Amino acid sequence: MSSQVKAAALREPLVRIAKRTDISKGQAWAIRAAAILLALVAGGLIVLAMGHNPFLVYADMAGGALGNKTGLKETVKIAVPLLGAALAIAPAFKMKFWNIGAEGQILAGGIAATYFALFWADKLPQVPLLLLMFLAAAVAGAFWGLIPAVFKAKWGTNETLFTLMLNYIALGIEQYLQNGPWKDTKGTGFPIIAQFAKGARLPKVFGVHAGWIIVLIFVVLMFLYLRYTKQGYEISVVGESEPTARYAGMNVSKIIIRTMCISGAIAGVVGFMTVSGADYTLNANTAGGVGFTAITVAWLAKLNPIVMVFIAAFLAVLTKGSGTIQTNFGIPKSMADVLTGIILFFMLGCEFFINYRLIFRGKGEAHHG
Amino acid sequence: MLRQWGPREAIGALWGEEEQRNEGARSPAKRAKDMELAPTIEVRDLEERTAIRLKDITKTFGEVVANDAVSLDVDWGEILALLGENGSGKTTLMNMLSGIYFPDSGEIQVDGKTVTVRSPKDAFGLGIGMIHQHFKLVDVLTAAENIILGLKGQGKLDRKAVARDIKAISEKYGFDIDPGQKIYDMSVSQKQTVEIVKVLYRGANILILDEPTAVLTPQETDKLFAILRNMKADGKAIIITHKLHEVMDISDKVAVLRKGKYIGTVNTSETDPQRLTDMMVGRAVSLDIDRPRAEHRNLRLEVENLTVLSGEGVKMLSGVSFSAFGGEILGIAGIAGSGQKELLEAIAGLQKAQAGAHIRYFPPESEEPIAGKHIPVKRDGEELVGKNPTQIEKIGVSLAFVPEDRLGMGLVAGMDMVDNMMLKTYKNGRGPLVDRRPPKKLAEDLISELEIVTPGVGTPVRKLSGGNVQKVLVGREIASSPTVLMTAYPVRGLDINSSYTIYHLLNEQKMKGVAVLLVGEDLDVLLELCDRILVLCGGKISGIVDGRSTTKEEVGLMMTHLPGGREASAVSVLQAGRTERGEDQ
Repeated sequence: MSSQVKAAALREPLVRIAKRTDISKGQAWAIRAAAILLALVAGGLIVLAMGHNPFLVYADMAGGALGNKTGLKETVKIAVPLLGAALAIAPAFKMKFWNIGAEGQILAGGIAATYFALFWADKLPQVPLLLLMFLAAAVAGAFWGLIPAVFKAKWGTNETLFTLMLNYIALGIEQYLQNGPWKDTKGTGFPIIAQFAKGARLPKVFGVHAGWIIVLIFVVLMFLYLRYTKQGYEISVVGESEPTARYAGMNVSKIIIRTMCISGAIAGVVGFMTVSGADYTLNANTAGGVGFTAITVAWLAKLNPIVMVFIAAFLAVLTKGSGTIQTNFGIPKSMADVLTGIILFFMLGCEFFINYRLIFRGKGEAHHG
Repeated sequence: MLRQWGPREAIGALWGEEEQRNEGARSPAKRAKDMELAPTIEVRDLEERTAIRLKDITKTFGEVVANDAVSLDVDWGEILALLGENGSGKTTLMNMLSGIYFPDSGEIQVDGKTVTVRSPKDAFGLGIGMIHQHFKLVDVLTAAENIILGLKGQGKLDRKAVARDIKAISEKYGFDIDPGQKIYDMSVSQKQTVEIVKVLYRGANILILDEPTAVLTPQETDKLFAILRNMKADGKAIIITHKLHEVMDISDKVAVLRKGKYIGTVNTSETDPQRLTDMMVGRAVSLDIDRPRAEHRNLRLEVENLTVLSGEGVKMLSGVSFSAFGGEILGIAGIAGSGQKELLEAIAGLQKAQAGAHIRYFPPESEEPIAGKHIPVKRDGEELVGKNPTQIEKIGVSLAFVPEDRLGMGLVAGMDMVDNMMLKTYKNGRGPLVDRRPPKKLAEDLISELEIVTPGVGTPVRKLSGGNVQKVLVGREIASSPTVLMTAYPVRGLDINSSYTIYHLLNEQKMKGVAVLLVGEDLDVLLELCDRILVLCGGKISGIVDGRSTTKEEVGLMMTHLPGGREASAVSVLQAGRTERGEDQ
């Protein structure tokens, strides 16, 4: 034992962790930027291992996504639903209501919009029809968000599982419609839904469907809503501490339900934009995982709508660029997913360095005084 | 493993038993080695009287220097009281001794040898055992199971041997413990006993008790001190941290910390509470709390037959009836978890009262200065039962509840002062937008009036020190000019100066004619500040006494006994202990 004590006396732990209290917002974002850079380096190493020059590959990705008009349009088209869904998730997540059901809410909105596109196109002119589709999608999305919110507020059910399961129900309904009542009778016999009539399509502005204008308006509204409105304030308080919200006289159930309606409604509108602006039809791929990727976007942006614009754009560039490098280098398209995964890993990891710093053995003295 | 205890010769017979107990946990080879080494230790013990020596220990957390070059000595067979206000660094220092934190610089010596304590396991290896403020026990296990938890065994658990060993320790020092009792069936003081036996069982010879009397009644404290004296006689070195008062009874030496700095060590016999307070605070402080008599003393609140159930349907309050008057501070005493929280919350509309309860509110008379600031209500008693918190707040009943974790309710930790100021008023003004100008003004006013230390109104309150957080909360409640002000533990975690600021604020409210309900844990303070004291015992009122004429002993006795000399039913006391534990977490 005495030898053990002696040995211990000489050994201070190699690395110790100390909490940071003094980090500024700028520093925190600098650490996050460094994390993205490091993630790109790590991704580059993988590219290198595959036998390609990472610089050329990255340059080709950027060029394919941003370098020409067609590529740019495609990139924006990818970014729009991503940003929209991230905005939808933001208020729910701010309230610590883990809505992972944006996928289903998008589909619900898409289904509602498609109903009017298919059966009302010949009865209404374009503008009222589109407005009707917009509203129907918002209402349907809100309803799909309302269900888990009511259950959570009244009976305390787990919203994560609930919203997730609702995704599959929405998908099931879509499949049923596609294979049954809404199946295109004039087509080839494949179970698909007919292309929308001209009047049910979102017009293009600068070559991309007008959805991009809608989401940018949503960005501003959501930013103002969360930061400057009474309802936004309530969301923050409920998210921080439900007992405090009750103590302040807030009706927590009402706030949960209302917020999820807003969250679902925005997701529903994303569904409308996808069916009416991008695909001109409804299919099982209408949501296409956007509802899940949006969680990444919202989280990386720390639920700040303005920052979400950049994160969504960045992920869209990765996705579009991966298509380009597949053509030019024969690198599988899933490289975008690999890169996104690496970036997410680094971003989440860097939060540790924002909150803590490491003190290495023997360097302890340098830090205080 | 070899333990470097002190005066082993004095310990005698028990040693044999403890040694046997340890054998079960170690290999025969090691055991043999221990025995071989034993004589050499005794030789060294004769030379070394110092159990623990800390030299220039420094620890920082970010910018905060929690301990600044602290040095102290404890001899074997000595009780050292480590005295300091909250935030002075007592717990940090003890945590370094027990291996939870690692010092930035400085040296720890145990029994004359420089050691490095990197983990609680290291600390146990050196015979150091710490009893934390918040117990670390598994509720569903028995005392014995908790005591042996985490010890390496030989595969087979000999419960009989364990129980025998525990009994031996208990008899030696005077513990009252049933090894087979489950933790959830225990009162707070029984749980503390298990914690102490746990470290003794593991062979600790240096015991650290972090504010052990904070959760005990005066009677339980006496019992604990008797045990500590037995252990001291047995040659163990004991460090006990505290804020004040009791240290005079028990300690041999008192070491004082102030704001992380070591101020000095004095012999207890050569000092007195006033001198120690001066050392702690750094200048002479009057220990007297003002208790003026208010001009207006009108009935404000009449609670009748109030019963409140917990979420699990357990009666937290049972048939409680009392009156509160404007211009008086009504103290509420009781063991933690006796229904204090439920009482205040029920009045504030946050807890559902069972049928048959009445809470009647009588508005202030029109000639009183506090009259007319809230929505008008019936003069002959407005029923509060059935109203929601917002309605009750508008009537003028304000709850400044400082919960156990200080930021759990009442303030939003992640928000800044401005956003916290408007927690109850954010709905004011028309339109969907919040108006942050009035709360900003209020925040700035509070900062200057209450001397709140913060980088600015935009700093999250989580980053403020405990005292400042409390000032923010109590300040906001007082700013709503209430006619009933309810507050629980308003000075918990505050230094002496801040505590007096809060007492002063409460007195100011009382003199204005406000009815102040104060749940407190420090009986000395309640006795000096309150006009009347309501004592709760297991959810029932065991009596209401006059603050000017009662004694600490009387109140202490009422905390555990219901009127008629009847001891509180086992269930209600246990229930109190259990809830207390729940709130801690």
